[in-house]
Amino acid sequence: MRSSSLKIATAAAALLFTSTLYAQSGSPTPVVATFSIIGDMVSRIGGDHVDVTTLVGPNGDTHVYQPTPKDAKSVSEAGVLVVNGLEFEGWLERLIAASDFDGVRVVATRGIDPIAFEDGDEHHDDDHDSDEHHEDEHHEENEHAEHDEHDDDHGDEHGDEHDDEHKDDHGDEHDHHHGAFDPHTWQSLTNAIVYVDNITAALAQSDPANAATFYQNRAKYVDEIKSLDAEIRGLISGLPSDRRTVVTSHDAFQYFGRDYGVTFLAPQGLSTDSEASAKDVAKLIKQMRSEGISAVFLENITDSRLLEQIANETGAKIGGTLYPGALSDADGPAPTYLDMMRHNATTLTNALSQ
Amino acid sequence: MIDAIVLPFAEFGFMRRALLGCIAISLGATPVGVFLMLRRMSLTGDAMAHAILPGAAIGYLVAGLSLGAMTVGGLIAGMAVALLSGFVTRVTVLREDASLAAFYLISLALGVLIVSTRGSNVDLMHVLFGTVLALDDAALILLCSIASLSLLILAALFRPLVLECADPQFLRSVSRLSAITHFTFLTLVVLNLVAGFHALGTLMAVGIMILPAAAARFWAASIGALVIVAVAVAVLSSAVGLLLSYHYSLPSGPAIILVAGILYMVSLLFGTVGGVAVRALPRPHFES
Repeated sequence: MRSSSLKIATAAAALLFTSTLYAQSGSPTPVVATFSIIGDMVSRIGGDHVDVTTLVGPNGDTHVYQPTPKDAKSVSEAGVLVVNGLEFEGWLERLIAASDFDGVRVVATRGIDPIAFEDGDEHHDDDHDSDEHHEDEHHEENEHAEHDEHDDDHGDEHGDEHDDEHKDDHGDEHDHHHGAFDPHTWQSLTNAIVYVDNITAALAQSDPANAATFYQNRAKYVDEIKSLDAEIRGLISGLPSDRRTVVTSHDAFQYFGRDYGVTFLAPQGLSTDSEASAKDVAKLIKQMRSEGISAVFLENITDSRLLEQIANETGAKIGGTLYPGALSDADGPAPTYLDMMRHNATTLTNALSQ
Repeated sequence: MIDAIVLPFAEFGFMRRALLGCIAISLGATPVGVFLMLRRMSLTGDAMAHAILPGAAIGYLVAGLSLGAMTVGGLIAGMAVALLSGFVTRVTVLREDASLAAFYLISLALGVLIVSTRGSNVDLMHVLFGTVLALDDAALILLCSIASLSLLILAALFRPLVLECADPQFLRSVSRLSAITHFTFLTLVVLNLVAGFHALGTLMAVGIMILPAAAARFWAASIGALVIVAVAVAVLSSAVGLLLSYHYSLPSGPAIILVAGILYMVSLLFGTVGGVAVRALPRPHFES
């Protein structure tokens, strides 16, 4: 399974070359982030020392994105490529193959405990993974070779160790389109800290001269994330326990639900790429009637017509617009990741507490 | 059995809405499809659907999920292609099929270009695939209005249309109605495709227009009977397709069109007018 040592050595050499190049020239490291949330995190950590290109911009739907030649150019020029992983960016492998990317590739979800896709395949026993990789967080700059090896391994295995290690017992029964795990991991602020650590480590590795700044930014950012987490917990804990089930367009809030004890239902599956059937819609309406679910939330990246009809039929009210997987424009309610999480939480609690 | 058929519609408003929308499309689009088939223009329907797609997409990009903007956009794009290709056919040496293909390809490419430069927003293909399960009041009113209008115009144009099907040269020689008939008919095609687009999406809308007409061809010989059988096939496909989607968790639009496709295959094999089985049987001898 592991790639040949020659390949690793070549990649390592290329990495060393590129990293010294950026460090010497003093110009910002070109970083490509696959979608707006990761892009926002990278610019928070990298500050002026990174030049971030985001492939799927604000209000864009990453599930179904079609990369352009310009994206291939950005990727080929990038020193660091930050991806979400968990098969969220299905189009990414082809894009990387098409562009001669030779920088550091970081899978932002590395080390996260993912929620298995659909009917409870219990795979939360992945300590082998988290333990191994959490050590990366506070590494020093002089560990290049080891990290290169990590990155290369991940690259060859679609950046998803879980997939690889569980392939034998359940890999085949899943639709490969969605992957085996819910990829919307950023909907948990606890997970966001893992994202931040992974990104910081990669930036520091690529640009060792500014590593201290990156770690300073990281510390400040993590503080903000933690205080927002506490704030949201406070908001949600004010809700009565029988008013914590809501309906959204597609199934993107499982991590938010797990962290804060809110149940999310959706007519569309995990990816916006699937079409709802009459059965799914009928099931959802029945459930909403029997459980007395009172609020339905639209999303910024999905077709809202179906949900409006469901709200119409069940008499539920539309509680507002949530941001599942993309930030809003700069003048919208969710221009940054933290704004997005705060907006989602306040929209939910406002609608549910009425 | 009865429960399985009636209950979904009795229990859920969205199922009733979906069925009503499909019946409206069946009534409007299928007779148009019959004439398309008789005039050997079935593929024109397909080309027009492609021509509408960019118009609807541009309408969506300009005004979001607005019924009006997407309808107007689709109508403009469809009519532009129909009129330009008709015009080119009548004043130059290029035949209708070639000029239509040329213009719809231009329209399609232009649409894809405009959509791509706007970047990937809400998945446009989803919008263009339509959502028969999400028909709101405005969409239903639009579908029913287009169906009514389409039936009235067909009734008014019935005679010249039949003549055009039978002998276009003759109609052209005796009446100036020929051109008017032709363009009005193309307008009807575009209108019904736009209506179908809201429920089934641009590509599936052609299916409900053409497949029932093709199936009816194996059961009836006269134009009136063709229209009646075709509408019946379309309504049956809609109801069965929706029920399949309800019971077996299938996407609704493709389910409806596939049922129409199955009915077509069955007609092809067992139809009484020129079906495969009838043709294979020994013909009766003319003896008395």
